[in-house]
Amino acid sequence: MVQMEHRSEDHGSSMDNRPKVLIVDDDRAIRETYPELLAKLPSRPEVRVAKSGSRALAMLADDDYRLLICDLGMPRMDGLQILTVVRQKYPQLRTVAITGLEDEQLRSRTYALGVDLFWQKPTGSEELQSFAVCLEALLGQENDSGFRGVQSKSLVDLLQMECMAQNSVVLRICNGPLTARIWILDGEIIDAEIEDLRGEPAFQKVLSWHAGSFETLPAEPSRPRTIFKSCSSLLLESASVLDEARSQKSDPEAAKSSPLSRVAGIDGLEFVIARPGGNRSCQTSRGAENADKIGDWAGNSIRAFKELGEQLRAGPLEQIDAKALQRQVTIATHGDAEFCIGWRRNLEADQVRESTRKVFALWES
Amino acid sequence: MGVLSFFNKTAPTLFRLPSGSFTVNRKGEVVSTTLPSGFPQEIVVLIANRILAGFQNAAASRMPLSELVINYPSLRITARDMHGGAVIFLSPKTQSLANNSKK
Repeated sequence: MVQMEHRSEDHGSSMDNRPKVLIVDDDRAIRETYPELLAKLPSRPEVRVAKSGSRALAMLADDDYRLLICDLGMPRMDGLQILTVVRQKYPQLRTVAITGLEDEQLRSRTYALGVDLFWQKPTGSEELQSFAVCLEALLGQENDSGFRGVQSKSLVDLLQMECMAQNSVVLRICNGPLTARIWILDGEIIDAEIEDLRGEPAFQKVLSWHAGSFETLPAEPSRPRTIFKSCSSLLLESASVLDEARSQKSDPEAAKSSPLSRVAGIDGLEFVIARPGGNRSCQTSRGAENADKIGDWAGNSIRAFKELGEQLRAGPLEQIDAKALQRQVTIATHGDAEFCIGWRRNLEADQVRESTRKVFALWES
Repeated sequence: MGVLSFFNKTAPTLFRLPSGSFTVNRKGEVVSTTLPSGFPQEIVVLIANRILAGFQNAAASRMPLSELVINYPSLRITARDMHGGAVIFLSPKTQSLANNSKK
Protein backbone atom coordinates (compact mmCIF):
# COMPACT_ATOMS: atom_id res chain seq x y z
CA MET A 1 0.00 0.00 0.00
CA VAL A 2 1.34 3.39 -0.94
CA GLN A 3 1.30 5.86 1.85
CA MET A 4 0.42 9.45 1.19
CA GLU A 5 3.57 11.51 1.52
CA HIS A 6 2.42 14.92 0.59
CA ARG A 7 -0.41 17.22 1.34
CA SER A 8 -1.56 20.48 0.02
CA GLU A 9 -2.63 23.42 2.07
CA ASP A 10 -5.45 24.99 0.22
CA HIS A 11 -6.60 28.23 1.78
CA GLY A 12 -9.10 28.91 -0.89
CA SER A 13 -7.01 31.58 -2.60
CA SER A 14 -5.38 31.30 -5.98
CA MET A 15 -2.99 28.37 -5.80
CA ASP A 16 -0.84 29.62 -8.68
CA ASN A 17 0.46 32.75 -6.99
CA ARG A 18 1.56 31.07 -3.80
CA PRO A 19 5.11 29.73 -3.65
CA LYS A 20 5.39 25.99 -3.26
CA VAL A 21 7.55 24.53 -0.52
CA LEU A 22 8.63 20.93 -0.22
CA ILE A 23 9.72 19.52 3.14
CA VAL A 24 11.70 16.26 3.17
CA ASP A 25 12.14 14.58 6.51
CA ASP A 26 11.82 11.03 7.77
CA ASP A 27 10.63 12.40 11.10
CA ARG A 28 6.87 12.44 11.18
CA ALA A 29 6.73 15.16 13.82
CA ILE A 30 8.63 17.54 11.51
CA ARG A 31 6.38 16.65 8.59
CA GLU A 32 3.39 17.57 10.71
CA THR A 33 4.58 20.68 12.55
CA TYR A 34 6.55 22.54 9.87
CA PRO A 35 3.62 22.92 7.48
CA GLU A 36 1.71 24.60 10.31
CA LEU A 37 4.62 26.97 10.92
CA LEU A 38 4.96 27.76 7.22
CA ALA A 39 1.25 28.31 6.80
CA LYS A 40 1.54 31.35 9.08
CA LEU A 41 4.14 33.07 6.89
CA PRO A 42 3.04 36.23 5.10
CA SER A 43 3.65 34.64 1.71
CA ARG A 44 1.27 31.79 2.66
CA PRO A 45 3.18 29.10 0.79
CA GLU A 46 1.68 25.90 -0.42
CA VAL A 47 3.45 23.21 1.59
CA ARG A 48 3.99 19.62 0.64
CA VAL A 49 5.93 16.96 2.47
CA ALA A 50 7.90 13.85 1.58
CA LYS A 51 9.41 11.31 3.91
CA SER A 52 12.22 10.09 1.66
CA GLY A 53 14.74 11.49 -0.81
CA SER A 54 13.51 9.46 -3.73
CA ARG A 55 9.93 10.60 -3.17
CA ALA A 56 11.07 14.21 -2.90
CA LEU A 57 12.96 14.03 -6.20
CA ALA A 58 9.89 12.57 -7.89
CA MET A 59 7.75 15.41 -6.52
CA LEU A 60 10.27 18.03 -7.64
CA ALA A 61 10.14 16.59 -11.15
CA ASP A 62 6.34 16.88 -11.20
CA ASP A 63 5.91 20.47 -10.09
CA ASP A 64 7.66 23.83 -9.74
CA TYR A 65 8.78 24.55 -6.21
CA ARG A 66 10.30 27.71 -4.80
CA LEU A 67 11.88 26.22 -1.68
CA LEU A 68 13.14 22.83 -0.52
CA ILE A 69 13.63 22.16 3.19
CA CYS A 70 15.68 19.01 3.53
CA ASP A 71 16.69 17.02 6.59
CA LEU A 72 20.32 15.92 6.36
CA GLY A 73 20.13 12.74 8.43
CA MET A 74 17.87 10.32 6.63
CA PRO A 75 18.22 6.60 5.82
CA ARG A 76 19.15 5.43 2.32
CA MET A 77 19.39 8.72 0.42
CA ASP A 78 20.62 11.30 2.91
CA GLY A 79 20.17 15.05 2.74
CA LEU A 80 23.56 15.78 1.19
CA GLN A 81 22.84 13.36 -1.64
CA ILE A 82 19.45 14.94 -2.27
CA LEU A 83 20.90 18.46 -2.21
CA THR A 84 23.68 17.46 -4.63
CA VAL A 85 21.10 16.23 -7.13
CA VAL A 86 18.85 19.23 -6.55
CA ARG A 87 21.65 21.79 -7.03
CA GLN A 88 22.43 20.28 -10.42
CA LYS A 89 18.89 19.71 -11.69
CA TYR A 90 17.09 22.70 -10.19
CA PRO A 91 19.61 25.55 -9.79
CA GLN A 92 16.82 28.07 -9.28
CA LEU A 93 15.36 26.21 -6.30
CA ARG A 94 16.11 27.75 -2.90
CA THR A 95 17.37 25.14 -0.48
CA VAL A 96 17.45 24.89 3.30
CA ALA A 97 19.26 22.09 5.10
CA ILE A 98 18.09 21.18 8.59
CA THR A 99 19.73 18.83 11.04
CA GLY A 100 19.66 17.85 14.66
CA LEU A 101 23.45 17.52 14.74
CA GLU A 102 25.86 20.20 15.85
CA ASP A 103 28.69 19.59 13.41
CA GLU A 104 30.90 22.32 11.92
CA GLN A 105 32.26 20.07 9.19
CA LEU A 106 28.77 19.11 8.12
CA ARG A 107 27.85 22.79 8.07
CA SER A 108 30.83 23.61 5.82
CA ARG A 109 30.15 20.67 3.51
CA THR A 110 26.52 21.67 3.21
CA TYR A 111 27.29 25.28 2.38
CA ALA A 112 29.89 24.11 -0.11
CA LEU A 113 27.07 22.46 -2.03
CA GLY A 114 25.55 25.90 -2.55
CA VAL A 115 22.74 25.53 -0.04
CA ASP A 116 21.03 28.83 0.86
CA LEU A 117 20.62 28.14 4.53
CA PHE A 118 21.92 25.61 7.05
CA TRP A 119 19.90 25.46 10.22
CA GLN A 120 20.01 23.28 13.30
CA LYS A 121 16.49 22.10 13.92
CA PRO A 122 14.94 24.82 16.04
CA THR A 123 13.83 23.75 19.49
CA GLY A 124 12.45 26.79 21.31
CA SER A 125 9.78 29.17 20.14
CA GLU A 126 12.30 32.00 19.58
CA GLU A 127 14.47 29.82 17.35
CA LEU A 128 11.39 28.69 15.50
CA GLN A 129 10.42 32.31 14.95
CA SER A 130 13.91 33.18 13.60
CA PHE A 131 13.74 30.16 11.34
CA ALA A 132 10.37 31.31 10.01
CA VAL A 133 11.76 34.80 9.30
CA CYS A 134 14.66 33.29 7.31
CA LEU A 135 12.29 31.09 5.33
CA GLU A 136 10.10 34.05 4.49
CA ALA A 137 13.16 35.99 3.32
CA LEU A 138 14.13 33.11 1.04
CA LEU A 139 10.62 32.82 -0.31
CA GLY A 140 10.55 36.55 -0.95
CA GLN A 141 13.62 36.48 -3.14
CA GLU A 142 12.93 36.76 -6.82
CA ASN A 143 13.06 33.40 -8.45
CA ASP A 144 14.72 34.31 -11.69
CA SER A 145 17.02 37.17 -10.78
CA GLY A 146 20.70 36.96 -9.88
CA PHE A 147 23.25 34.24 -10.48
CA ARG A 148 23.99 31.50 -8.04
CA GLY A 149 26.70 28.97 -7.37
CA VAL A 150 29.54 31.39 -6.74
CA GLN A 151 31.33 28.84 -4.58
CA SER A 152 33.66 27.95 -7.45
CA LYS A 153 34.84 31.56 -7.76
CA SER A 154 38.18 32.56 -6.37
CA LEU A 155 38.33 34.40 -3.09
CA VAL A 156 39.58 37.50 -4.87
CA ASP A 157 36.52 37.46 -7.16
CA LEU A 158 34.25 37.02 -4.20
CA LEU A 159 35.81 39.91 -2.26
CA GLN A 160 35.66 42.17 -5.28
CA MET A 161 31.98 41.37 -5.74
CA GLU A 162 31.15 42.12 -2.11
CA CYS A 163 33.14 45.35 -2.14
CA MET A 164 31.78 46.62 -5.44
CA ALA A 165 28.24 45.95 -4.25
CA GLN A 166 29.03 48.02 -1.13
CA ASN A 167 27.86 45.10 1.00
CA SER A 168 28.24 44.71 4.74
CA VAL A 169 28.91 41.08 5.60
CA VAL A 170 31.28 38.77 7.40
CA LEU A 171 32.85 36.12 5.19
CA ARG A 172 33.64 32.91 7.04
CA ILE A 173 36.17 30.92 5.06
CA CYS A 174 37.17 27.35 5.83
CA ASN A 175 40.23 25.54 4.55
CA GLY A 176 40.52 22.11 6.19
CA PRO A 177 40.82 22.64 9.93
CA LEU A 178 41.53 26.36 9.51
CA THR A 179 38.83 28.97 9.68
CA ALA A 180 39.22 32.62 8.81
CA ARG A 181 36.88 35.59 8.88
CA ILE A 182 36.92 38.75 6.82
CA TRP A 183 34.76 41.66 7.93
CA ILE A 184 33.35 43.88 5.19
CA LEU A 185 31.48 47.06 6.04
CA ASP A 186 29.83 49.19 3.36
CA GLY A 187 32.06 47.63 0.74
CA GLU A 188 35.31 48.14 2.66
CA ILE A 189 37.41 45.40 4.19
CA ILE A 190 37.82 46.47 7.81
CA ASP A 191 39.34 43.42 9.50
CA ALA A 192 40.50 39.85 8.99
CA GLU A 193 41.31 37.13 11.45
CA ILE A 194 42.88 33.71 11.29
CA GLU A 195 44.16 31.97 14.40
CA ASP A 196 46.50 34.45 16.11
CA LEU A 197 46.77 36.76 13.12
CA ARG A 198 44.64 39.85 12.63
CA GLY A 199 44.43 42.64 10.12
CA GLU A 200 46.52 42.70 6.95
CA PRO A 201 48.79 39.71 7.78
CA ALA A 202 45.67 37.60 8.33
CA PHE A 203 44.16 38.87 5.08
CA GLN A 204 47.30 37.98 3.12
CA LYS A 205 47.40 34.52 4.65
CA VAL A 206 43.77 33.84 3.71
CA LEU A 207 44.41 35.02 0.18
CA SER A 208 47.21 32.48 -0.19
CA TRP A 209 44.70 29.65 0.18
CA HIS A 210 43.95 27.91 -3.10
CA ALA A 211 40.69 26.26 -2.13
CA GLY A 212 38.10 26.09 0.58
CA SER A 213 34.51 26.90 1.30
CA PHE A 214 32.86 30.05 2.47
CA GLU A 215 29.63 31.30 3.93
CA THR A 216 28.25 34.76 4.40
CA LEU A 217 27.36 35.78 7.92
CA PRO A 218 25.48 38.88 9.06
CA ALA A 219 27.49 42.11 9.24
CA GLU A 220 29.13 43.18 12.48
CA PRO A 221 29.25 46.98 12.31
CA SER A 222 30.75 47.20 15.81
CA ARG A 223 33.87 45.24 14.78
CA PRO A 224 36.96 47.39 15.48
CA ARG A 225 38.70 48.40 12.28
CA THR A 226 42.28 47.21 11.78
CA ILE A 227 42.54 47.56 8.00
CA PHE A 228 42.39 51.04 6.52
CA LYS A 229 43.42 50.42 2.91
CA SER A 230 40.95 50.25 0.07
CA CYS A 231 39.87 46.85 -1.17
CA SER A 232 41.66 47.24 -4.49
CA SER A 233 44.99 48.30 -2.98
CA LEU A 234 44.75 45.47 -0.44
CA LEU A 235 44.14 42.93 -3.17
CA LEU A 236 46.93 44.39 -5.28
CA GLU A 237 49.44 44.27 -2.42
CA SER A 238 48.43 40.75 -1.49
CA ALA A 239 48.72 39.65 -5.11
CA SER A 240 52.25 41.04 -5.37
CA VAL A 241 53.27 39.30 -2.13
CA LEU A 242 51.89 36.01 -3.49
CA ASP A 243 53.62 36.56 -6.82
CA GLU A 244 56.94 37.11 -5.06
CA ALA A 245 56.47 33.91 -3.11
CA ARG A 246 55.63 32.02 -6.31
CA SER A 247 58.60 33.42 -8.21
CA GLN A 248 60.92 32.40 -5.39
CA LYS A 249 59.51 28.90 -5.64
CA SER A 250 59.95 28.75 -9.40
CA ASP A 251 63.46 30.21 -9.33
CA PRO A 252 65.80 27.21 -9.41
CA GLU A 253 68.76 29.21 -8.07
CA ALA A 254 66.75 30.37 -5.13
CA ALA A 255 65.50 26.84 -4.62
CA LYS A 256 69.03 25.50 -4.54
CA SER A 257 70.11 28.04 -2.00
CA SER A 258 67.17 27.50 0.31
CA PRO A 259 67.77 24.90 3.05
CA LEU A 260 64.06 24.27 3.25
CA SER A 261 63.93 23.37 -0.43
CA ARG A 262 66.93 21.10 -0.08
CA VAL A 263 65.32 18.98 2.63
CA ALA A 264 61.90 18.87 0.92
CA GLY A 265 62.74 15.78 -1.12
CA ILE A 266 63.52 13.56 1.86
CA ASP A 267 61.21 10.55 1.85
CA GLY A 268 58.49 10.69 4.48
CA LEU A 269 59.09 14.30 5.45
CA GLU A 270 55.82 16.16 5.92
CA PHE A 271 56.96 19.45 7.36
CA VAL A 272 59.96 21.15 8.84
CA ILE A 273 60.14 24.18 11.11
CA ALA A 274 63.52 25.70 11.95
CA ARG A 275 64.31 28.47 14.39
CA PRO A 276 67.92 29.67 14.22
CA GLY A 277 69.00 30.65 17.72
CA GLY A 278 65.55 29.62 18.99
CA ASN A 279 64.37 32.98 17.72
CA ARG A 280 60.70 33.10 16.72
CA SER A 281 61.20 36.01 14.35
CA CYS A 282 63.85 34.07 12.39
CA GLN A 283 61.63 31.03 11.98
CA THR A 284 61.36 29.37 8.58
CA SER A 285 59.04 26.54 7.76
CA ARG A 286 57.84 24.39 4.95
CA GLY A 287 54.68 22.27 4.71
CA ALA A 288 53.49 23.15 8.20
CA GLU A 289 50.07 24.54 8.92
CA ASN A 290 49.97 26.40 12.19
CA ALA A 291 53.79 26.68 12.06
CA ASP A 292 54.09 29.43 14.67
CA LYS A 293 52.18 27.52 17.33
CA ILE A 294 53.97 24.26 16.65
CA GLY A 295 57.29 26.10 16.62
CA ASP A 296 56.46 27.63 20.02
CA TRP A 297 55.51 24.24 21.40
CA ALA A 298 58.72 22.66 20.06
CA GLY A 299 60.91 25.43 21.51
CA ASN A 300 59.21 25.25 24.90
CA SER A 301 59.53 21.45 24.92
CA ILE A 302 63.25 21.67 24.20
CA ARG A 303 63.78 24.09 27.08
CA ALA A 304 61.56 22.13 29.51
CA PHE A 305 63.19 18.76 28.83
CA LYS A 306 66.71 20.20 28.79
CA GLU A 307 66.03 21.46 32.27
CA LEU A 308 64.62 18.09 33.30
CA GLY A 309 67.74 16.38 31.98
CA GLU A 310 69.91 18.67 34.10
CA GLN A 311 67.82 17.99 37.18
CA LEU A 312 68.04 14.23 36.61
CA ARG A 313 71.73 14.44 35.70
CA ALA A 314 70.83 12.35 32.66
CA GLY A 315 72.98 14.37 30.30
CA PRO A 316 72.12 16.89 27.58
CA LEU A 317 68.84 16.43 25.74
CA GLU A 318 69.45 14.52 22.52
CA GLN A 319 66.10 14.39 20.81
CA ILE A 320 62.37 14.28 21.46
CA ASP A 321 60.27 11.88 19.38
CA ALA A 322 56.51 12.16 19.43
CA LYS A 323 53.64 10.36 17.79
CA ALA A 324 50.59 12.36 16.83
CA LEU A 325 47.41 11.01 15.30
CA GLN A 326 48.50 11.50 11.73
CA ARG A 327 52.26 11.83 11.88
CA GLN A 328 55.42 11.46 13.88
CA VAL A 329 57.35 14.45 15.06
CA THR A 330 61.03 14.89 15.88
CA ILE A 331 62.18 17.83 17.97
CA ALA A 332 65.88 18.49 18.34
CA THR A 333 68.53 21.17 18.29
CA HIS A 334 71.30 21.20 15.72
CA GLY A 335 73.96 23.85 16.01
CA ASP A 336 72.14 26.83 17.40
CA ALA A 337 68.88 26.04 15.61
CA GLU A 338 65.79 24.40 17.01
CA PHE A 339 64.05 21.98 14.66
CA CYS A 340 60.60 20.48 14.62
CA ILE A 341 60.21 17.92 11.84
CA GLY A 342 57.02 16.09 10.89
CA TRP A 343 57.24 12.59 9.46
CA ARG A 344 54.78 10.23 7.85
CA ARG A 345 53.11 8.17 10.56
CA ASN A 346 54.15 4.77 9.22
CA LEU A 347 57.87 5.54 9.00
CA GLU A 348 60.03 3.17 11.07
CA ALA A 349 61.95 4.62 14.03
CA ASP A 350 65.30 3.84 12.34
CA GLN A 351 64.20 5.64 9.19
CA VAL A 352 63.15 8.64 11.24
CA ARG A 353 66.55 8.80 12.94
CA GLU A 354 68.40 8.38 9.64
CA SER A 355 66.24 10.95 7.87
CA THR A 356 66.62 13.41 10.73
CA ARG A 357 70.41 13.17 10.28
CA LYS A 358 69.89 13.84 6.56
CA VAL A 359 67.85 16.95 7.33
CA PHE A 360 70.64 18.31 9.52
CA ALA A 361 73.29 17.45 6.94
CA LEU A 362 71.40 19.12 4.10
CA TRP A 363 70.64 22.11 6.28
CA GLU A 364 74.34 22.66 6.89
CA SER A 365 75.43 22.09 3.29
CA MET B 1 97.44 18.60 54.42
CA GLY B 2 95.58 19.69 51.35
CA VAL B 3 95.41 16.11 50.11
CA LEU B 4 94.05 14.91 53.46
CA SER B 5 91.38 17.57 53.60
CA PHE B 6 90.32 16.56 50.05
CA PHE B 7 89.70 12.96 51.15
CA ASN B 8 87.83 14.13 54.24
CA LYS B 9 85.14 15.76 52.07
CA THR B 10 81.71 14.14 52.28
CA ALA B 11 81.01 12.16 49.11
CA PRO B 12 77.88 13.28 47.22
CA THR B 13 74.90 10.99 47.51
CA LEU B 14 74.52 8.91 44.35
CA PHE B 15 71.57 7.14 42.90
CA ARG B 16 71.15 4.91 39.91
CA LEU B 17 68.59 6.13 37.39
CA PRO B 18 66.05 3.38 37.82
CA SER B 19 64.30 1.19 35.33
CA GLY B 20 60.56 0.92 35.73
CA SER B 21 57.30 2.62 35.06
CA PHE B 22 54.64 4.63 36.78
CA THR B 23 51.18 5.88 35.97
CA VAL B 24 49.86 9.35 36.69
CA ASN B 25 46.35 10.71 36.38
CA ARG B 26 45.50 14.02 34.71
CA LYS B 27 46.14 15.87 37.98
CA GLY B 28 49.71 14.58 38.08
CA GLU B 29 49.04 12.22 40.99
CA VAL B 30 50.98 8.95 40.87
CA VAL B 31 48.44 6.14 40.63
CA SER B 32 50.77 3.14 40.42
CA THR B 33 54.50 2.53 40.14
CA THR B 34 57.05 -0.22 39.61
CA LEU B 35 59.96 2.07 40.50
CA PRO B 36 62.16 1.15 43.47
CA SER B 37 60.74 2.49 46.71
CA GLY B 38 64.01 4.29 47.39
CA PHE B 39 63.69 6.45 44.29
CA PRO B 40 62.77 9.99 45.38
CA GLN B 41 59.07 10.71 45.01
CA GLU B 42 59.72 14.34 44.14
CA ILE B 43 61.72 13.27 41.08
CA VAL B 44 58.81 11.09 39.96
CA VAL B 45 56.43 14.03 40.35
CA LEU B 46 58.85 16.31 38.51
CA ILE B 47 59.02 13.95 35.54
CA ALA B 48 55.25 13.44 35.57
CA ASN B 49 54.54 17.17 35.54
CA ARG B 50 56.91 17.83 32.66
CA ILE B 51 55.41 14.99 30.63
CA LEU B 52 51.80 16.01 31.25
CA ALA B 53 52.65 19.61 30.35
CA GLY B 54 54.27 18.33 27.14
CA PHE B 55 51.08 16.51 26.14
CA GLN B 56 48.86 19.44 27.09
CA ASN B 57 50.94 22.03 25.27
CA ALA B 58 51.04 19.85 22.16
CA ALA B 59 47.26 19.52 22.19
CA ALA B 60 46.93 23.28 22.61
CA SER B 61 49.07 23.67 19.47
CA ARG B 62 46.68 21.43 17.54
CA MET B 63 49.12 18.53 17.64
CA PRO B 64 47.57 16.07 20.07
CA LEU B 65 50.10 13.35 20.85
CA SER B 66 49.70 9.71 21.75
CA GLU B 67 53.35 9.11 22.65
CA LEU B 68 56.32 11.17 23.73
CA VAL B 69 59.89 9.84 23.90
CA ILE B 70 62.60 11.95 25.51
CA ASN B 71 66.13 10.82 24.75
CA TYR B 72 69.11 11.64 26.98
CA PRO B 73 72.55 10.02 26.79
CA SER B 74 71.86 7.93 29.89
CA LEU B 75 68.08 7.74 30.01
CA ARG B 76 65.08 7.32 27.77
CA ILE B 77 61.70 8.44 29.03
CA THR B 78 58.75 7.02 27.11
CA ALA B 79 55.32 8.36 27.91
CA ARG B 80 51.95 7.31 26.51
CA ASP B 81 48.89 9.46 26.83
CA MET B 82 46.06 7.91 28.86
CA HIS B 83 43.01 10.15 28.62
CA GLY B 84 44.83 13.17 30.03
CA GLY B 85 47.04 11.14 32.35
CA ALA B 86 50.06 9.11 31.26
CA VAL B 87 51.96 5.90 31.72
CA ILE B 88 55.67 6.71 31.88
CA PHE B 89 58.54 4.28 31.36
CA LEU B 90 62.08 5.05 32.51
CA SER B 91 64.77 3.10 30.67
CA PRO B 92 68.41 3.78 31.61
CA LYS B 93 70.66 3.42 28.58
CA THR B 94 73.82 2.67 30.57
CA GLN B 95 74.66 1.67 34.09
CA SER B 96 76.21 5.03 34.82
CA LEU B 97 75.59 6.62 38.12
CA ALA B 98 74.21 10.04 38.55
CA ASN B 99 74.56 12.39 41.42
CA ASN B 100 71.46 12.90 43.37
CA SER B 101 70.23 16.41 42.91
CA LYS B 102 68.96 16.41 46.46
CA LYS B 103 71.57 16.04 49.17
